[in-house]
Amino acid sequence: MSLSLSPHLVLGAALALSVLVTPLAVEGQSYTGDYPFGTPATQADIDAWNKDVRPDGQGLPPGSGTYEKGQQIYAQQCAVCHGENLEGIRNPNLPQNGGPALIGGRGTLNTPRFKITVESYWPYATTLYDYILRAMPYTAPSSLKPDEVYSLVAFILGRANIIDKKTAMDAKSLPKVEMPNRNGFFPDNRPYPVKHYD
Amino acid sequence: MDQTQELIGEPMGESDLERPAQEDCPCKEDMFPKASRRQVLRGGSLLTAAAASVLLPRRGALAADADDAGSWTVPGQLAKSDYGTRSSYETVVREATPAGTDALTPHQSLWGIITPSGLHFERHHNGVPTIDPAQHRLLIHGMVDRPMKYSVTDLKRFPSVSRTLFIECSGNSGGAARSAALKTAQATHGLTSTSEWTGVRVSTLMSAVGVKDSAAWVLAEGADGAMLSRSVPIDKIMDDAFVAYAQNGEAIRPENGYPMRLILPGWEGNINVKWLRRLKIGDKPFMTREETGKYTDLITLTGKARQFSWVMEAKSLITFPSGDMRLPGKGFYEITGIAWSGRAPIERVEISTDGGKSWSLAALQEPILPKAHTRFRYPWFWDGSEAIIESRATDQTGYVQPTKAFLTAHEGVGPTYHYNGIQSWKISADGSVSNVLVA
Repeated sequence: MSLSLSPHLVLGAALALSVLVTPLAVEGQSYTGDYPFGTPATQADIDAWNKDVRPDGQGLPPGSGTYEKGQQIYAQQCAVCHGENLEGIRNPNLPQNGGPALIGGRGTLNTPRFKITVESYWPYATTLYDYILRAMPYTAPSSLKPDEVYSLVAFILGRANIIDKKTAMDAKSLPKVEMPNRNGFFPDNRPYPVKHYD
Repeated sequence: MDQTQELIGEPMGESDLERPAQEDCPCKEDMFPKASRRQVLRGGSLLTAAAASVLLPRRGALAADADDAGSWTVPGQLAKSDYGTRSSYETVVREATPAGTDALTPHQSLWGIITPSGLHFERHHNGVPTIDPAQHRLLIHGMVDRPMKYSVTDLKRFPSVSRTLFIECSGNSGGAARSAALKTAQATHGLTSTSEWTGVRVSTLMSAVGVKDSAAWVLAEGADGAMLSRSVPIDKIMDDAFVAYAQNGEAIRPENGYPMRLILPGWEGNINVKWLRRLKIGDKPFMTREETGKYTDLITLTGKARQFSWVMEAKSLITFPSGDMRLPGKGFYEITGIAWSGRAPIERVEISTDGGKSWSLAALQEPILPKAHTRFRYPWFWDGSEAIIESRATDQTGYVQPTKAFLTAHEGVGPTYHYNGIQSWKISADGSVSNVLVA
């Protein structure tokens, strides 16, 4: 008859050994360095939130949109704050006192009466998609479908005369759009290299 | 210096025992808008009178209307199991902008360097979300070996770090660049506050998920309606970034990111992403709206804009005397205020009482913490004539806070992010203090 050990003794010895030798390995979890906390993210977890879009188009989903569809959606969802003609509205009864102008202002950035809009200032068209998808409309953010966002981008860029009104927006065409102020930015050059005190 | 003593208090004499309690001085309420001493005494006895039991001895009506009907003549409030509140006589509040996107810290009414959590400024792009911490997760994914989700409870198991740091909106004091219409220190500079923040270093989390060597940028995303997102270079992430779950010793306030926010010491407010729900590791900046169309610094008349200007440069603010106050008369005043820099600890603060013609050193109150408000003080005898008082901060890198004239000449007044010019307060002969633009 072989020596029979109490299960509790075996478990206790194993636990004691594991504490001494490998104090940070926890059964049932993937190894995450010294701190095995948290839960491994599944692909579904990531896909649910991974909606951001980069200038090279990384993150743009399948789908497409047109100027005409965008015009309809804009009238229903956007015009109340941004104006029928994308001119912006200042009204204290609207969220954030109204929405900014989306078009116009091209050629004003180097003048005292500069006007900052998507048309005149934003360097990347992809940012427009990214922002609308996640943050607009203000009262129902994250409610628009990719086709609707592509359409709104096509409409706004079309009204800004940045793209042809017949150009459909999709994952291939959007990153190729060249914004007027693409080269209007320089990296942080502070502290200012001029002495300004006695 | 008997004269000084007379201005700030009253000599105690025999008559004090007989006459009613008097207000300290008629002008003091203009200096510090709060209840007078007499109101405090009266209100205090009213509050506690009802608490006395009819079966126990209590003060008779004749005794109660005597001169000594003060707080010391009746039992006080017993302890309660509750979340404490300040005295009912304290009324200082944040001031919200009409659009409801900001509420400003009342610096003119505060002391020391810690901003009370309830007075910490707030700024948000689609309101303050209501988040159940049991449901909230921080997702870390992208260029990592092990994508992970962390609950608040998970984060609290990691080694923690606490740091006392200012957070300042990059638009803070920008309005002061254009005009002197904003009256108070709260209105001009209320978008900076200092708290002690506690959380877990992002570098610790990065080692847990196994960040890849080619990682260069991290997208931080909030769980608010704006889903505010910013790109952060990996060097800053690994240097001193942390995910905070506590503010001044308790859970972060909802308007400041409950249940967790990113903290990037010394960097402009909005990149300290609140309600943090996602860190995505990548190899290029993501070019979100808040780092392209917004929060970039158009340099007037050049047509070019500075991008990724994260650091908040040295700035200072005299909080007393400051705009909309009134000094009761000539005599001694302690000029005091706060100075801060996103690069290094404050090295010195200088004070001018002649509109910037001459400068004298202020005393710095310890602790002088890196990337936190530092309190300065300067004793001053006001001779009763018009004066313009200013403060100028220098940090330990040698950077000196510039004048408005310098900034206007070199940068213009574009969108006025990162405006850190010297603030001027004018004291008129009648003692009134006002915001003023000095050329």
